[in-house]
Amino acid sequence: MELLSGADMLIRSLKDQGVEYIYGYPGGAALHIYDALFRQDEVKHILVRHEQAAVHMADGYARATGLPGTVLVTSGPGATNTITGIATAFMDSIPMVVLCGQVASTLIGEDAFQETDMMGVSRPVVKHNLSVRHPSEIPEIIRKAYYIASTGRPGPVVVDIPKDMTAPNERFEYAYPKKIKLRSYSPAIRGHAGQIKKAVDMMLAARRPIIYAGGGVILGKASGQLTELVRKLGYPVTNTLMGIGCYPASDKQHLGWLGMHGTYEANMAMHHSDLILAVGARFDDRVTNATEKFCPGARIIHIDIDPASISKTIDADVPIVGPVDAVLKEMLALVKDSKEKPDAEALASWWKQIDEWRAFHGMRYETSPDVIKPQEVIEMLHRLTNGDAFVTSDVGQHQMFAAQYYKFDKPNRWINSGGLGTMGFGLPAAMGIKLTHPDDEVLCITGEGSIQMNIQELSTCNQYELPVKIINLNNQSLGMVRQWQDMNYESRHSHSYMESLPDFIKLAEAYGHVGVRIDKKEDLEPKLKEVLAMKDKLVFVDIQVDRFEHVYPMQVARGCMKDMWLSKTERV
Amino acid sequence: MRRIISVLLENEPGALSRVVGLFSQRNYNIETLTVAPTEDETLSRLTVTTTGSDRVIEQITKQLNKLVEVVKLVDLTEGPHIERELMLIKLKATGSQRAEIKRTVDIFRGQIVDVTSSVYTVQLAGASDKLDGFVQAIGTSGVLEVVRSGVSGIARGEKVLSL
Repeated sequence: MELLSGADMLIRSLKDQGVEYIYGYPGGAALHIYDALFRQDEVKHILVRHEQAAVHMADGYARATGLPGTVLVTSGPGATNTITGIATAFMDSIPMVVLCGQVASTLIGEDAFQETDMMGVSRPVVKHNLSVRHPSEIPEIIRKAYYIASTGRPGPVVVDIPKDMTAPNERFEYAYPKKIKLRSYSPAIRGHAGQIKKAVDMMLAARRPIIYAGGGVILGKASGQLTELVRKLGYPVTNTLMGIGCYPASDKQHLGWLGMHGTYEANMAMHHSDLILAVGARFDDRVTNATEKFCPGARIIHIDIDPASISKTIDADVPIVGPVDAVLKEMLALVKDSKEKPDAEALASWWKQIDEWRAFHGMRYETSPDVIKPQEVIEMLHRLTNGDAFVTSDVGQHQMFAAQYYKFDKPNRWINSGGLGTMGFGLPAAMGIKLTHPDDEVLCITGEGSIQMNIQELSTCNQYELPVKIINLNNQSLGMVRQWQDMNYESRHSHSYMESLPDFIKLAEAYGHVGVRIDKKEDLEPKLKEVLAMKDKLVFVDIQVDRFEHVYPMQVARGCMKDMWLSKTERV
Repeated sequence: MRRIISVLLENEPGALSRVVGLFSQRNYNIETLTVAPTEDETLSRLTVTTTGSDRVIEQITKQLNKLVEVVKLVDLTEGPHIERELMLIKLKATGSQRAEIKRTVDIFRGQIVDVTSSVYTVQLAGASDKLDGFVQAIGTSGVLEVVRSGVSGIARGEKVLSL
């Protein structure tokens, strides 16, 4: 067997694990590891400008590819800077391994330079964390970290590596474990057959059914099974913000997404349904509105890989714990074999009702002859990219507009921080995607508030030539905060305006990129076309949009699913 | 309702902090907590008593099960079980009090395990309400110090919590 140092074992383990890219930033406690990186060329390292961005890059990569992302940072501030990124991945169940340097084991607990208890600090926001106590454990710990991060309900795993574990002068026998078995960790591999049968019987007997799909369908690579089942049944389907793309948005059975800023028809159909099939969704507060008023007439079937997600906020009548792809496949087989068929008459009248709701609102917004509306920018981008781009977003109004008006037909293309709501996510996530999808269009739809939270990464884009397109919907204010202040605080705009904005064009140019300003409505289409034609350039597009626009529909706080504002003056 | 949840946990550094952290992070309540290694030194046995609605208790057991280092767990209050807690209590014991305390200790089947001219130290094991009963019987004025171990529990009969 080969003899390797801890640092070399670490890098070799990553290679044997199939890791292609690491995103990171060096520092004292990680220097042995960085030296090992330097002496090989199979695992590539991307140097960011702030550790938080490294985590979002790994996250964007993971969301677009379905593979776990990898981050490498040093101890202390390097490690603590990753926390927001880790929490972002944790809330959205994104597989990721974060390797953190740590002070030497002999110094731990002595308040050494750049010492932070990363095991303790990260504990509430990781799926698991592991600490290296002997260099010879490194291959097994790395194998374990990836296994835990990417199986069951995925999530981030932190590995804390004291500096003496990677010392170059001590060598150990290296072998990468082929298999890993943990007696205390065994995610479900299939659903309970009896429960699945019961669920299918209920589904076929339903008169006003709806399928409510979440991010779990995308994480579980089950879009195909979901689409087939929905089409076979002929039932309406809605999805969460995280589930966007799990079912083609252009399909007639799709009602759009649901919840706080969901479509009128999706929220109405949920409220009036008699059966909800929840697939890989977690009934979060941005979906249910007031839980005690949630869908009063509906029985609920809930499929999830994580038992703790079932009956957490809303009680399930039929819980099914298992991977969504396997469960949906079994359901489909039962539906095909069943002598029972959905009640055609009931279904027709249900669809008639849904079509009326659709016609009633239909995601309209008022246009203006001279002011650019944020919604029309998104619709135009959808048209100009044939609906086929990877779209990342930050957090706020622009995020909702992007999700509402860019119609995604494929999974893994809508990339946003849904659970944690992290501003500063969009640009680094787009970079992580562009790096591994150089031929695809990658748009970062953002606002002048969010983009400034990780704008230093324009430098990284320059270094690695990452021609993402930054679409800055500039309304000169923190739009979503302002909207809430308009609605709930009598328009007292406490600290929600953006004074002293930089000249984004000059800023982009200073980093070696192209900047384009659009402030006239007639320029919107020709200039966006020019921007998209610059295939090998990062273009920062600063678009002056309506400063007073609100996102609608918007559920009325503490109401039920169907209580919504449809515009500044219409409430249903 | 009060529950006793018994957990088999990997005996590893940091495992206990995950369990305790989970309770505070998710706003669950810990009344007592005991933990020690088992006959298999790779495993610890942890007993936690908590209160909450059925939904909260269901979430607690599910969330505990999700922790990678939790091997198995059981809600002992779902079936017949035995619960015991150990108390060491130091009591002012002078003059006529000494005989009175001795009698009460005997009634509760405790033992006086340390004696000075003015103090008795008493050891008492039993269900938590029995220990409460003893303190009440003695009267708080005579109590100098109380140490309670927290509840340990085990299911009655054939049922075992093991690998």
